[in-house]
This record gives sequence, C-alpha cells and structure tokens, in this order.
Amino acid sequence: GCFVFKPSTKKRRLSEKTAQNFRSRSDDSEDTELRFVTCQSLWNQIKSETKQIQEDLNKQLLGNLMSFLSRSHSEFQEKTTEWTCRMKFREIPTAALVLGVNVTDHDLTFRGLSDVLRDNITPYVALLEAKDCPGIKNLMQKLMGQLMNCDIDTDSPEDEDCVQVSQNRIRCSMSSLISWYESVTKKTDSETPSKKRNSSSRHWQSPPVVVIFKDMESFTTKVLQDFIVISSQHIHELPLVLIFGIATSPMIIHRLLPHSVSSLLCIELFQSLSCKEHLSTIIDKLLLTSRFPFKLGEKVLQVLINIFLYHDFSVQNFIKGLQLCIVEHFYSQPLSVLCCQLVDVKKRVYSLSRDQCENIRRLPSFRRYVENQESGKQIALLTNDSFLKEETEKLLEDLHVYHENYVSILRCLHVFTSSLPKYPLGKQIRELHCACLEKQVWETEEYESSLQLARMLNKTDLVTMLQQCVEILMSSSGKEFDKTVEKLKEFLTQFQNLEEASQERDVSVTSQKELQKKTDLYHLQKTLLELKEARRSKKLTKFEMLRFEVVDYIDSLVRKYLVPADHRTLHEIMYFNTATVLRGHLNAAPRTALHTALNNPHWYLKNQALKCDGGGISNKAPDICIVYKLHLECGRLINLVDWLEAFSTVVTAAEEPNADAASSDQVDDTIHARFIRAVSELELLGFIKPSKQKTDHVARLTWGGC
Amino acid sequence: MSGPEGTRSSRRSLQVKFVPDEDVLKHIADDAGTKVRKDKAQLSVSMKRFVKKLENISDNETQEILEEKSYVAALGLCAQDPVGNGSDISGGEVYSFQTPKRCSKMAELASELAQTPEQNVAPDHSRCSEKMAKTPQSSSNFMWTEIVWKCNLKKKEFVSTTPYRLRKRLAAPDLYLESESEYSASCSEEEDEEDQKEVNIVLSSQKTPGKTKAVSTPPPRNSLAKKIKEQKMGSLVEEYFEAHSSSKVLTSDRTLQKLRKRRLNQQTLHDLLKKAPLAYAAEIRDLNQQHESLFSKWMLQLHLGFNIVLYGLGSKRDLLEKFRTSLLQDSVHLVVNGYFPSITVRSILNSITEEVLDHIGTFHSPVDQLEFIIKRFKEDSSLELYVLIHNLDSQMLRGERSQQILAQLSSLPRIYLIASIDHINAPLMWDQAKLSLYNWLWYETTTFSPYVEETSYENSLLVQQSGSLALSSLMHVLHSLTLNARGIFRLLAQHQLEKKDNPSYPGLSFQDFYQQCREAFLVNNDLTLRAQLTEFRDHKLIRTRRGADGVEYLLIPVDDSTLTDFLEKEDEDV
Repeated sequence: GCFVFKPSTKKRRLSEKTAQNFRSRSDDSEDTELRFVTCQSLWNQIKSETKQIQEDLNKQLLGNLMSFLSRSHSEFQEKTTEWTCRMKFREIPTAALVLGVNVTDHDLTFRGLSDVLRDNITPYVALLEAKDCPGIKNLMQKLMGQLMNCDIDTDSPEDEDCVQVSQNRIRCSMSSLISWYESVTKKTDSETPSKKRNSSSRHWQSPPVVVIFKDMESFTTKVLQDFIVISSQHIHELPLVLIFGIATSPMIIHRLLPHSVSSLLCIELFQSLSCKEHLSTIIDKLLLTSRFPFKLGEKVLQVLINIFLYHDFSVQNFIKGLQLCIVEHFYSQPLSVLCCQLVDVKKRVYSLSRDQCENIRRLPSFRRYVENQESGKQIALLTNDSFLKEETEKLLEDLHVYHENYVSILRCLHVFTSSLPKYPLGKQIRELHCACLEKQVWETEEYESSLQLARMLNKTDLVTMLQQCVEILMSSSGKEFDKTVEKLKEFLTQFQNLEEASQERDVSVTSQKELQKKTDLYHLQKTLLELKEARRSKKLTKFEMLRFEVVDYIDSLVRKYLVPADHRTLHEIMYFNTATVLRGHLNAAPRTALHTALNNPHWYLKNQALKCDGGGISNKAPDICIVYKLHLECGRLINLVDWLEAFSTVVTAAEEPNADAASSDQVDDTIHARFIRAVSELELLGFIKPSKQKTDHVARLTWGGC
Repeated sequence: MSGPEGTRSSRRSLQVKFVPDEDVLKHIADDAGTKVRKDKAQLSVSMKRFVKKLENISDNETQEILEEKSYVAALGLCAQDPVGNGSDISGGEVYSFQTPKRCSKMAELASELAQTPEQNVAPDHSRCSEKMAKTPQSSSNFMWTEIVWKCNLKKKEFVSTTPYRLRKRLAAPDLYLESESEYSASCSEEEDEEDQKEVNIVLSSQKTPGKTKAVSTPPPRNSLAKKIKEQKMGSLVEEYFEAHSSSKVLTSDRTLQKLRKRRLNQQTLHDLLKKAPLAYAAEIRDLNQQHESLFSKWMLQLHLGFNIVLYGLGSKRDLLEKFRTSLLQDSVHLVVNGYFPSITVRSILNSITEEVLDHIGTFHSPVDQLEFIIKRFKEDSSLELYVLIHNLDSQMLRGERSQQILAQLSSLPRIYLIASIDHINAPLMWDQAKLSLYNWLWYETTTFSPYVEETSYENSLLVQQSGSLALSSLMHVLHSLTLNARGIFRLLAQHQLEKKDNPSYPGLSFQDFYQQCREAFLVNNDLTLRAQLTEFRDHKLIRTRRGADGVEYLLIPVDDSTLTDFLEKEDEDV
C-alpha cells in the first residue's frame, strides 16, 4: 500500500519553492515576493517575541525549581545530619510540578526546564513519557539510554568504551546505573584540573540525577511504584531527584501511589502559571501593541479566544492560529504589502503599480472615504495615481497614530472597568478590546452601566485609577497625550485640594452626632426626617461634581480614540477579518459537512433537479443520499432486501416516472450494483456495519434521525 | 391462553377478540378507515401515552436545541459561509437524538419519494393512513401495520417493514405470499419467545384460506402505575437504551437468496458500475475544480509547518492524486493507501527507511525506527518528504499507537503530510496531544465522487467475493490431500451444513468428530486425527475454539452457500 516516488531531476531549494507557491495563485501583482518576505519576517518577529514572553513567564517557576534541586543536592553533598536522618527513611526528593490541563503546552516548559537544568545543575537529566514506558524494564532502558547518551555528549569523545556499551546490551538494572554513576563522577574528579574547573563552574562535584516524568497521570501505577521503591533503596548511592509533571491536581500523587510508596518521597509542590494568565500576557504583548502592523479583527480574535476557552486551553494553538491568520492575510490580500512598519510605508506606497492603486480604490473603506470628500478631491483620488498615493500614505500614517492612541486609551478604560462590580465590560482587557472592535463601545448598554458605576466610585479608588492612567499615558509613545496628561494631573490636584476643603463638612457630621444623644422616639423621628429632607435637596458636593467631571472626561476620551477599527479608512490593509476561513481550518466540523452533503446535496451540487423545498431530498439525488435517507427510517437493524427494494423503487421512479413500477418484479442489475456501491460507501463512512445477528442484515451505528 | 386473556380484558380498555372470517370480510368491504379509527380510539391509553411521550421528547429537544444554540453562539458560529461549508447547520441537527419516525418507515418514504418526483413531501402518518384506508384491498394490511405499530409502541422496538402495498408493486404474487407468511412467522416467534403473556390471535385471512396469519397484540402490562411513572421519566435517552437493551429486533426475515438474485461478484459489479453513468458529472467537476484551485495554497501551508487533512463526502483519492501529479513531481513523496487492508505503520516506516533514506537493516520496534528517521531528518537538512495518506482513518491505521507514530512523524519540520479522512467519527482518533503534533489545517473537500478504490477492498455483504476465492482455495488445498483427509473434511462440512439453521452452533466437538471419523473408517486413533486437523488449521480450513466447558470445537470458517457449493463440486469429482 505504500509507494515511494523519487524525482529524477534535481531538487530545488525549499525557500524558493515556498515563495513560488505564494506567488502562483495571486496572479494580480508583482508584489508577491515582497509580501511573502514581509509575512515571514513578521512571523519570525512574533515567534521570537512569544518565545521571549514564555521564557520570562517560566523564569520564576524555573528559578524555584533550581533552588529546590540545588538544596536537595547540597544536602547530599555535605552529608549533613538532616540528610542522614532522611536517608534512614530513604526519601527521594521530589518536585511535583502542577502544569494545568493544557497538555500541549507542557512540552515547551519541559524543554526549557531540561535546558536550564543541563546548563546550571547537572548534565544528567532524563525525560520520560508514559507512552515509552509500559513496563519497568522499558522505563529503565529509556532512562539509562538517555543518561548515558547525555554523558557522551558532555564528556570528551575519548571514552570510547562508554560509547560501545549500547543500551540494549548492558543489563538495565539499578546496580549498573549506580556503577555508571560512580565511574562518571570519579572520572570528572580525576580529570585535568582545567577541565575540572570548567565543569565545576557549572555543576557540582557529584551532580544529582534528575528524572522527569512528563505526564505522571498516564504512567501505570505499577511501574511508578516499582521504580520509586527500587530507587529509594539506592538513594544513598545515587542522588536521584524526581520531577512529576501533573496536569490535574497534586492529589493525583496520592491517588496513584499507596501510602507505603508515597512515604518514600519528599514532595515539594510547584505551580506553573495558569494558561489563562499566559494567554493574557500573550495578547497583551502581541496584539495590544503598536509594534506589529498586523492586527486581528474582532471576529477573528473571538474565534481564536473561543477555541482556546472552549476547546483546549492551549496557548500553542492560539499562536498557531495567529500564524495562520498572518499567512492567510498576506496570501489573500494583495494590498497587505503595505502592512509593514511605518518607516517602510512611504517607499512601498510610491512603488505601487496601477493595479494595486485600483485595488486601493476598490476597498470599501476607501470608497466611503472618497464619498465624504468634496467633488474636486474625489475626482483626483479616483483618477490621479500619484495623488492617491500621497493620500494613502497620509491615511496609513493616521492609522498608525490611531493604533498607538487606541491601545493607550484602551488600557486607561480598562483600569476603570476592571474594578467595577460585576464587570459590565469584562474583567480581562481582551474582552474590552473585543467590545471596542465590534462596534462603537459607547453605544452599548454595558458601557452605559459601567459609566454609571464609575460615577459612584469612592475617592481613593478614583485617585489611584487616575494615577494609573497618567502612568499609562506617560509611557505611551503617542504625542497627543500631553494635554490629556495635564488634564488628569489637574484633576488629581483638585482632589488633593478637596481634602482640605472637606473639613468644612464637619458641621454636618456634628449634627449627626447629636443623634447619638439620648432622645425620645418622636424627636428622633423628626430629626431623621429632617436629615433625609436635607440630603435629598442637598446640592452635589464638590467631590461629586469633580467625580462627574472626571467620568465625563474619560467618556470623551473613549469617544475620541476608541473608534472601531473598521470605521477607519484603509483598515483592510492591517486587519485580518475573515473569521470563517480561520474557523474552517482550525475548528472544522467534518460530521456537519457529511450531514449537509447527504441531506442536502444541492448545497454542493448546483443542479436544479436537486433543488427542493422543505429540507427533504428529491428522488434524483445521488445514490448515497437516497440510501442514507432510507436508512434513517430504520431501527437498529436493517434488512438489506427491504432496503434494496425501497431503493430500486425510488430510483426507477426517478428514471421513468410514468412507467409502472410493478412491471418489473426483479431489480435491475445496474440498480443492484449501484445499491451495493452506496451501501458499502455508507459502511466506509461509518453509518452501518455488517451484522451477524440475522442473515442479510446490517446494523445501524447512528441513533435517531441524524 | 384464554386464562390471562380473560383477566386482562376486564382490566384494560384494550380488547382483544377473536374475529371470524365473515367479520373480516365485512370489515374489509366496509369503509375500513372509520373502523380503524374506532379501533384506535379503543387503544386510547396507549395513544395518549404516546402523545405524551412525544411531547416530552419535543420538550427535551427544544431545550437541547436551545442549549446547543447558546453554545454555538458562544463559539461565534454565526453562519455566513462563502464557500460551500455546511456549517449553518447547528450541531443539534446533526448530533441530537431525534425521534425515530416510526410511522414513516423506510418503504413508505421510498414510495413517497417515488410517487412525488418533483416535490418532496414529508410523510406524515395521518396522510398515510388515509391514503391506505381509501383502498379497501389494503385495509387488512393496514390493520396489520397498525397493530404492529401499536405493538411497537409498547415494546419500543423499531420495525422496518415494507408495507404490502409497496411490496405488491415490486414483487411477484407468489413472492408476496411467501414473504407474508414469513413476516407473521417471525413476528409470532419472537413475541412468543419474549413474552409468555402475549396473545396470539390467529386471523385466517379469507384471501388465502390456507395461510394463517399470526398477529400479536400488545401485551397489556400489569402494573399500570409503574408505567405512568415510567412515562414521566421517559426521555429519549431512556428510549435509546431500551431499544438497545433487548436483542430482539423486528425486521422482516427476507433474505437475498430468496430474492432469486445471484450475488454479484467484484468483477461484474465493477463492470456494471462502469456502464452506469455518473450522475451530476458536470457539477462534480465544478466542485473538483474549486478544490484544485487550492493546491498552491496547500503547498504553501505545508511548507509553513502545517499539515493538511481533507474531509467531506466523496472520494478524495483522485483529488490527492491530481495534487501529486501536478505539484509533487519534482520532490520525493510517499503515497500511502490507507484503505489497503494489509497496510501497517510498519510498512510505512519501512518504505521511508528503505527507499527514502536508503537504509538497509531492520529495527526492533516501530518506535526505534521512528527515532532513526527523526535522527536522520535532523542531521540532514536537505532531506524532505511529502507523505500522502489516503484514508488516515482506515481500519489498520486508526489504532492509538499507529496514530501516535504517524503524528510524531508528521511533526517533523521537513515531512509534509497531507491526508484524507472519511469516517464520521474519525476526529475521535486524536486527543489534544496528537492534534498538536499533527498541527492540522482542515479543508473541506466534498467531491461526491464514488469511493471506487476505497470500497473495493471491503468485504461487502452483498458482494460475493470471499466466496469464490474461498471455494477455489478450498478445492485447491483439498486436492493436494489424501483421500482420507478429504473424507474427514467432508464429514465436518456435512455436519456443519446439517446444523446451519442453528445460529448458536458452536462447532463439532473433537470427541464427537473422532467418533464419527472412526465409524467411517477414516482414522484409527485420535493422534492421526489431530495431525490431520493441524494440517487443516495451517491452511486455515478450520478454526478451533475452546468452549466454556473446555471442549474443543471445530468449525469451518466459510459461509454455508460456499460450503454447499463445495460439497456439490466434491460430489462431481468423486
């Protein structure tokens, strides 16, 4: 069933080919090469950025682990009393690493971990996966294989004897492992001083052996138990440290291991960053920044976030989706050549071809823009290419400025909304971002209610928020914010002044204090009523006035800067908005497609004969559709003869509607053959299977009318 | 039988009475429809229950659909698809448990489809019953279906039958009568077996005086209160499990052999299909052209580290083949026919190591082999390989380990995988870990082309392919054996044919077989017989199975018709 095809001609270079594929479809222009290069460089930037972010996020976790490892190790080195007393109990130092359910991201963490370990603590790191270790023997093999290989890597190639001992030939037992460890550590001791110094700078004298169980839950309990019991016997000869990767909860250790075994472990718990925080950071650093010209539209972002939240919690997949977006955008949008850093825009705009200019004119957002111009300018825009280019450049610059302002103001708004009760605009900044991208946020009810709530904030909160906003605006690169900052600072000083003024209000406080005096019921009632009256008619205090002012000012900022992106001219160049394509590729529904094809073939085959109303199918549908439709009417078992007859009734009626069906008592051979084909196709698709329960019956594998 | 009946009739509104021939005649001559409706009224208890149940069901369903919708909305699945993707169908329609349409059975649908060629009418029961009632001839048949239908209500089992009306149109009169009696026989038999309390009323039909029809009526359940309780809980889910809990299924007993239809063999089938014109060829070509325009995009995405999986109805073999011939001519590529019945991951890996990497030698396990491949691909950056897998979800490749290995293979940066899947549950093969290794991009490529190659290997029920092959191999092997050995085999075959009506026939026990062989002077001690049997087993002529009691049972793993043919041929030879 396998066939290998080898070309006779010489292979071409990979990169060439990729670029060529990029070109071959987009027949429209000569910019494809440039587009491809832009796309690649953008993706590479984003990739390295994400890598950096992930490293930063893992830094703390890794640091904790490092200190744990070196602690457990130093105890072994110094042979302190504590260690000896622990040795009596044969406890293996163990780190339980709770990583969360996003299993697909774990690999990255482990890779980072083992790299750091190799660099700083020990060369002897083994990564084990459950699927490689169905039994204790395989586990030992794998373990020794990895340890000895890494030993070869770090040591000089002169110890050939070590290489020759293949992992399959030596007996994989704990004792051989120990003797290997002894020989290795002795060797490093006896090596030349220079080398020794070199190695000891990185590792200690007798570095620990770290064994990482990547997916602890999937290991068979027996294997784990055996391994722990055996190695605990030898812990005084072999400084072993275990690291368990846990996806669920730390409880699983006690669920998997009985007390007798888990008491051999000295477990310390480490918690990695939750995947949601991880995603927030990624979104914050990659999307809510003006560093990258490429932007995601609202729907696309929503799809990506939903895949994350509803399906896998995998940050890796999110980034994969982002990559797909970039590729799709640059592939399908010829004008994406302008989706670059601001410095390059000018050059690229002026080198645009005629076709590309036409493409610009065809953009809906640009048309809208033209319609709003005066007639003279309209004509110039539509006829004069160089004028168009000038204008385009200006608009693109505007767009860049818009981004910078947008992000800063969005963050300011988030400062306000994220502390409101019930979070009407969402807790995370990504929710706010989506809301702003979707439509004019100030028209939504949620925005209204959050403003209402903001008008009820207390002073200290308001002041801290304003300070935060000032910080955000100061750090932003936008130039327009000088005035805004000034204004906010002014508010702050006004709040300061209020404090002094507030002493005046002590009068009212004293009046309240009078209440606390002893008084009869009637008088109390009276004074309370008076107070209530006074409060109702009371004019707004200065603080309240100021608060209103602040909120109104924030509102005005929002209205000015948080305009949805698709209201901006030329947004199509920067924003990727075809969510359906993305969803089709990442979150496909194969069964839905099959269902549609079988129930409504007209969806795919645009033939009038297939068209019919009411969701049914006509009798002229392809054979498989008819057979499928008929089988829906059956129970668990289907009699093939009945099925065949029903099928032939339909088919003959479709072919010769006037002929009397009773005339032929025998089913036509061709129809029989077509029926056989359709049935076996259904079998291939998994709707039915042969059944032995009754002769000439098949069993249905789906239930009900689906 | 009269005992339980008497007690029951006093308790229940449903009355079961003996109907003499004259009454039946009168009944048929009368306006049958009204009468039947009266009968229906008598059965009001069961009807009400049914209605109630339906309401429950619809309630559940709407609720489910509502939930579904919110989920769909949450996913942002607002449908506006430019390309023909069927995603405007909510999941509820595809996955929800829907009420099986009992009243509109397969054949009725067929006749509906046949009768109304232009517009399609959803068959509803009331219309059907009226139509049927109009023709007095079919009234008895109608009553019969009615009763069976009600019986189903009780038993909650699903019947697929061809109503007589239709069958008469299809089949010759004699066949019709024959099948009729089969029907009743099967019904009564199963009912009898299942429930002793059931009543069989024998109605002698005046049309065929000789024939008797045994019709079972619904057994009134004793505990009415319990039933009411049941109804309340009665959700569709429960119904599902009830329908699947009993092994009894009511279907007609007709077999293909009785249809006087020879089984087609693979060759004639192929020829016939070749002659039959492909429907909607132009539209299918359009579809394919749409997909073909994506080829260069696929290449691009493959090179950017994604792998591509194709899904949708219709064979994607030709499409992939076209992709291969048009774009992969200049590069090393591997084509895997997943539908091939003897394909293994091992053979895929072997062809990579042996033919792509030119490695000579064997490996301990597929995992070792995979590691070797990974190492080679890491070392040599000029290596690149396209892997095309037709039917990644085939029987042989869908196992967990195979998928794991393929996923790891596909995760290599310079191995580009493009595969197709067809099975409705194919995505269940992959967990998150495998999905992330595969790094799929899904493409819907509905082609509507027939699965010619893919199904040609399948052992279809309707195709007589294993038969001829098995027969010829039987003959072949036996001709090379001694006369005694052939006699032994004949003995076993005859015994098996005698027992062919017993579905739970375990096979002939060794001791009995030895006795018989001794009596026929074929062997003189059990050692010779054992030696002979070993030879048979080596040629896969027999299968042995140890029963629950530890006795060894012998069975010829060939179907009865082939065995009959074989004995006939043997007789000719002798």
